[in-house]
Amino acid sequence: MHMSDALLSPAVGGALWVVTAGAVAASARRVERAPDARRVPLMGVLGAFVFAAQTVNFSIPGTGSSGHLMGGLLLAALLGPAAGFLVLASVVCVQALFFADGGLLALGANVLNMGAASCFVAYPLVFRPLAGAKPTGARLVVASTLGGVTSLVLGALGVVAQTTASGVSTLPAGPFLALLVPIHAVIGAVEGLATAALLRVLWRARPELAPASAPSRAARMFTVAIAAAAVLVAGLGARLASALPDGLEWSVARTAGAAPAEPAPVPLPAVAGVGITLAAVALLFALLRALRRRARGA
Amino acid sequence: MTVGGAGQLGSLGALASRDTPAARLDARVKVLATLAFVAVVASFGRHDLLRLAPLALFPLVLAALGDVPLRALLRPLALAAPFALGVAAFEPLLDRAPAFTVGGVAISGGAVGMATILAKFALSLSAALLLVATTGFDHVCVALRRLGAPRALVAQLLLTHRYLFVLAAEAGRSLRAHALRAPGRRRPTLRVAGTMLGALLVRALARAERIHAAMKCRGFEGELPLVRRGRPGRPDALFAAATAALLLVARAVDVPARLGAGLAGGLP
Repeated sequence: MHMSDALLSPAVGGALWVVTAGAVAASARRVERAPDARRVPLMGVLGAFVFAAQTVNFSIPGTGSSGHLMGGLLLAALLGPAAGFLVLASVVCVQALFFADGGLLALGANVLNMGAASCFVAYPLVFRPLAGAKPTGARLVVASTLGGVTSLVLGALGVVAQTTASGVSTLPAGPFLALLVPIHAVIGAVEGLATAALLRVLWRARPELAPASAPSRAARMFTVAIAAAAVLVAGLGARLASALPDGLEWSVARTAGAAPAEPAPVPLPAVAGVGITLAAVALLFALLRALRRRARGA
Repeated sequence: MTVGGAGQLGSLGALASRDTPAARLDARVKVLATLAFVAVVASFGRHDLLRLAPLALFPLVLAALGDVPLRALLRPLALAAPFALGVAAFEPLLDRAPAFTVGGVAISGGAVGMATILAKFALSLSAALLLVATTGFDHVCVALRRLGAPRALVAQLLLTHRYLFVLAAEAGRSLRAHALRAPGRRRPTLRVAGTMLGALLVRALARAERIHAAMKCRGFEGELPLVRRGRPGRPDALFAAATAALLLVARAVDVPARLGAGLAGGLP
């Protein structure tokens, strides 16, 4: 599910960084505008909870495989879209830095695929209207399942769009979609069921945490505006990136070019050059290591 | 992600608490250098495998200067590999046109493409891991704040990271309790997992309230105080200049081809 640095071009990665930075800044401003000191530790602990929940793999009924919670929908349901998005963005950051999930260039893409899809699209446009003000029983299950499917499928669409726009992988969009979307629809349904189960347990144990009222008009406008802006700018960015290869970065032009019809002989001097380069790097590494060892010993 | 993965997280951050040349560098310089490095790695095209070689210098020098054992990097890389591998594995199937020949044997463009994706994966992710292993997450967060990241996001990052171990350990205890009571089952069913995670969530929320009370006792009023220390000094300027030089040269000059040509020219 994580988009990888290795599949992104700098233009697409950079454009999505800008979009994500804008969404994070807008959400942060929204959270800071309603200063509730209690929310700071609550959000932090929920971020850590999403991590911890991801270590619990459960078996997926009807299949031999297992899955775990992603948490986007849950966070939006507990905190609202802006704060939920912020929590998810920080979770994705920590994953990139500590677990090599995705990577730094792909951070923007991943925050959008996972956070914006669930907090700004699936939650306000699917979960909220379906669940209503007092979500119980079947309504909660239906709303969470459809919300989970929406967010995961949107995330998968994002991965395909970003991979195709980057042109690092040759995988054509059609088969890639056919491969990813059904899998993510299933994962999304499981995500939704798990979210519903969790919310039910929580709201039974702590009824005061259940949503008391529908979100204000302003809040709803805010989430819809963010969703629209994200989709628009991401689309424009990808368009621009593929339309203006030279202006934006150096390599898309070369990447997009078809493979040479005639196979060229392997550039043996360059291969030898790689040998020399890597040997020099390894030598320098060994030297620095030895120096450090001596410095520590002294 | 696994429970083991969460445990290893601690060790990666703990590496940064030692006093090493890499740890003494200004965190902002390291954050920006890492971002620039990742962008340059990504800028190479589908068949530019050989040109990536000089870029190995950046992570290896940083690892040496930070006394980071390569083991600490290889483990998370191996755990994260499946997605990149999954996409890279299609390359040889899709692009079968021979791109190169060596001694009559053809190498397909796809094989080169796959190797390029894997090399980029290893380079850019090891750079991200090294940033944490040589800087420490708290300092990365302070650097982000000083570079202009929103206050709410930085507070969020710090707290998420701080309570991660605590809650991951709690989830681990729940899983062990489940394993003891259902020895025949490898993992909980969806229903059981819902209850387990629900209980975990209720405990987490209670914990957040205790944390808030404790923070208030210590004068918390909505913003986490951050220790800001130092300005970039001479070593930072040197590191920044060296990184910039490496990235520019690797981007502008085909170093391996030049070296190889020089070697061939030197031979009669």
